[in-house]
Amino acid sequence: MTMTNPEHAFLIILIIGVVTLATRLLPVLVFGRGKKVPDYILYLGKVVPYTAMGLLIVYCLKDVSVIHAPHAIPELAALAVVVGTYLWKRNTIFSVVIGTVVYMVLIQLVF
Amino acid sequence: MKKRSMKITKQDVTAALRTSLPIIVTFIVLGTGYGILMQEHGYGPIWSLLSGIMIFSGTAQFVSVTMLTGGSLIMAAVTALMVSARHIFFSISMIGRYRNENKRKWYLYYALCDETYAMLSKDDGPKGVNTSSYRFLVTLFDQLSWILGSVLGGCLGSVLNFNSEGIDFAMTALFATVFLQQWIDSKCHIPAILGLLATLACRLLFGRDLFLIPAMVIIIAVLTIMRRTIEERSQINDDND
Repeated sequence: MTMTNPEHAFLIILIIGVVTLATRLLPVLVFGRGKKVPDYILYLGKVVPYTAMGLLIVYCLKDVSVIHAPHAIPELAALAVVVGTYLWKRNTIFSVVIGTVVYMVLIQLVF
Repeated sequence: MKKRSMKITKQDVTAALRTSLPIIVTFIVLGTGYGILMQEHGYGPIWSLLSGIMIFSGTAQFVSVTMLTGGSLIMAAVTALMVSARHIFFSISMIGRYRNENKRKWYLYYALCDETYAMLSKDDGPKGVNTSSYRFLVTLFDQLSWILGSVLGGCLGSVLNFNSEGIDFAMTALFATVFLQQWIDSKCHIPAILGLLATLACRLLFGRDLFLIPAMVIIIAVLTIMRRTIEERSQINDDND
């Protein structure tokens, strides 16, 4: 496939960029203007990070199917490795590298 | 509160690099994948660079590739809103943390991707670093590594013959380690369980394309309703520590 219309491609990137930027900036423009940040927003700031990691994990695994082969086995196995190594060493880089290598080996060579 | 100093020391750079390292490695590899895909569709490294600056969201950029040639502008806007809506959720929760950042604030929000959020929402950085500079550098390193990867992919194209299938699991692993550390650090586990279960339930109910927005609405609603309980239990945590 080749690029046919650079202006159109640029417009698409511009629109997606503006929408993405809006999702990042709008909350600040709405709630972050005054000197004092509302109490409720500060509360959300404290607790949302604790809910967000669960949300992001599910988001990352959204295309995984339990019903169809390989039944999420590579994902669960690699996650178990991440959890196990992290509880053992408490080292993020170590767990991320080992978990990812295990996952890549599983999906490329085993399943 | 006083405005933060913007000075950057060697110590800040080292700390930021240490935090960003798993993200830098993964972003270079994933970015390369994106650059190659763009190249295959007829869009070279300049286009990847442009997209990395104008959009800077892995998901949104990957989705945009097939739209560049002949996609409708309205569909592009709607799709971008669907995949990027989670940033609203992240930005809201950073308002308290970023309130004393000067002009840097705008860069921090503009480049707040999932991975940067995971690293910067958990603490103010290691002891002794300038928090503002640390945040700025982590955000910058993450964005630069993504852009570097995508330009590299655009230049080298399919010359690179490395099977990177599954490398994106690094992001899942990263979020899992942050999840674990948060679990260890807190005694009130309601928010952690809520985030996981509400999103999982919505994924099953609404399907893979629509679940994020209802999940965020449910999470905010439950956090609001249970505010007193959660704050009391967190208070107990503070007293015990």
